[in-house]
Amino acid sequence: MTEPFVSRGFRGRRQPSATAGRLPPGQYETHDFPVLSAGPTPHTSLAAWDFALRGPNAPVARWTRDEFQALPHETVTVDIHCVTKWSKFDTVWEGVSVDTLLVEAAAHGVKPAPYVLAVSDGGYTTNLPLADVTGGKAWVAVKFDGASLAPEHGGPARLLVPHLYFWKSAKWLRELRFMERDAAGFWESLGYHNYGDPWREQRYAGDP
Amino acid sequence: MSLASVPIAPRASAITWRFATVAKVVMETPTARTLFLDVPGWPGHRAGQHVDVRLTAEDGYQAERSYSIASAPEDARLALTVERIDDGEVSPYLTDVLRVGDRLELRGPIGGYFVWDNVLSGSLLLVAGGSGIVPLMAMLRHRAAALATADMRARHRVPARLLYSSRRWEDAFYRDELARLVQADGALEVAFTFTREPPEGWTGFRRRIDRMMLAEVAWPPSERPRVFVCGPTPLVEAVAAALVDLGHDPALVKTERFGPTGGSP
Amino acid sequence: MNGEALRLDGNAAAGILSEVFVPDLTTAHATCANCGTIRAMGALPVYAHGMGTVMRCPACDAVILRVARTRTRLWLDLTGARLVVMAAAAPAVA
Repeated sequence: MTEPFVSRGFRGRRQPSATAGRLPPGQYETHDFPVLSAGPTPHTSLAAWDFALRGPNAPVARWTRDEFQALPHETVTVDIHCVTKWSKFDTVWEGVSVDTLLVEAAAHGVKPAPYVLAVSDGGYTTNLPLADVTGGKAWVAVKFDGASLAPEHGGPARLLVPHLYFWKSAKWLRELRFMERDAAGFWESLGYHNYGDPWREQRYAGDP
Repeated sequence: MSLASVPIAPRASAITWRFATVAKVVMETPTARTLFLDVPGWPGHRAGQHVDVRLTAEDGYQAERSYSIASAPEDARLALTVERIDDGEVSPYLTDVLRVGDRLELRGPIGGYFVWDNVLSGSLLLVAGGSGIVPLMAMLRHRAAALATADMRARHRVPARLLYSSRRWEDAFYRDELARLVQADGALEVAFTFTREPPEGWTGFRRRIDRMMLAEVAWPPSERPRVFVCGPTPLVEAVAAALVDLGHDPALVKTERFGPTGGSP
Repeated sequence: MNGEALRLDGNAAAGILSEVFVPDLTTAHATCANCGTIRAMGALPVYAHGMGTVMRCPACDAVILRVARTRTRLWLDLTGARLVVMAAAAPAVA
């Protein structure tokens, strides 16, 4: 049995980190902010932008940019983990918590359902259980590092769900759709894990 | 390696990973090396194609990148020219660590779209930015090999022009060889442009490639040259747009964007 | 750097497609299921960064093909292509 080939002297980018306790399995820390994209960057003007929560039985709560800005915002500092193995610590975001949005939406008759589909400009989607966007776990973020969210990082607004792999934090977010039944999003329908917990290393479909 | 005739027919079997051995390393510039590889069982390639290179660390971690083939199909060894990208993951390994005798895992040849074969007649216009020169050099080497015994009339049936943008003279690859090719071939012209620091006494172009420069260098659209553009994405986009704007048929303009960094990090 | 700086050409998909198809798909012509535009796949915009490779229609931006490699599988979605036409391999000589 031949030994597997090793490229002499190759170590790759990963280095041991003093912050190892904060790194989920298989990740390495980066100080960059890599941009991954499945398509061209949408450039939706703030004037044209709106955001909606849509219940399973049609009622919709919608906010224009000005209306959204008037909602209570929070600033959060979180670690983020990409399934392509980079993690970035202490990222600072500002946005409206999904809990706040749900309270506001209830006034318009929008009732949540067990599953959520995040829908973005350009057609990207990702799905999550309702329980993973409530209870202080998720925001619709409009600022990164104190500045308005740049288009290449998902601006005007993106979903922020730091406890799951970052593909769940959909860029260019326009709508959160509540569904009675789960429906796989863009990557979930192409071999990636339906849930995506970095601490259990749930990268791909079939990972326990 | 065989001096196989250029395979135009579709690929007959899947491409598999194989091992190459580094036979020779040549420094092209202070930051770029050409790796000459012996590849047992290499099926041959066409000018413009690339290979995927895969590195494996001791713990099994792997990184994969694509590199254009610099050698002509007629050359005895497979050559890759790699530019070192600072804090890249793979290129510094290939330029700084890999040495003669080491094995390298690769697969290829890949990509039958961005290729030029000497069977094609007509004018050939090549526009390169930075390390985008690599696949275009394979085309020029292939053309030179194919025309090695040709007379002037045959050469002028396939006239070729290269417009090559680099930051400085020191950053341009293959300078001596390009000079030799031009000297030996009346139907080949090469124009350099330097965007950061032209050499002293330089009377040629000294700016980014733009519509005006292309209008000067390219044949008129009525000539219907086959055009290949390769390099960093912003350059490729600007050149392709300018060529179409000048009236060149988009179907004759083939592009290979190397990404924002202009190479494989 | 905007998303356009990340976009590559069809060649960038040729490697992973060679794991799925024997013929070189970059020389094949694909018909966009969304708008009907026909292009050589080597000329399609490709987005290939880490999670998977996505080929899009240059006319309407719809996804024509997407492929991802997980630990043990290749996932291929070709529903964005109504038709793919490529040169047939030369028949074997008897």
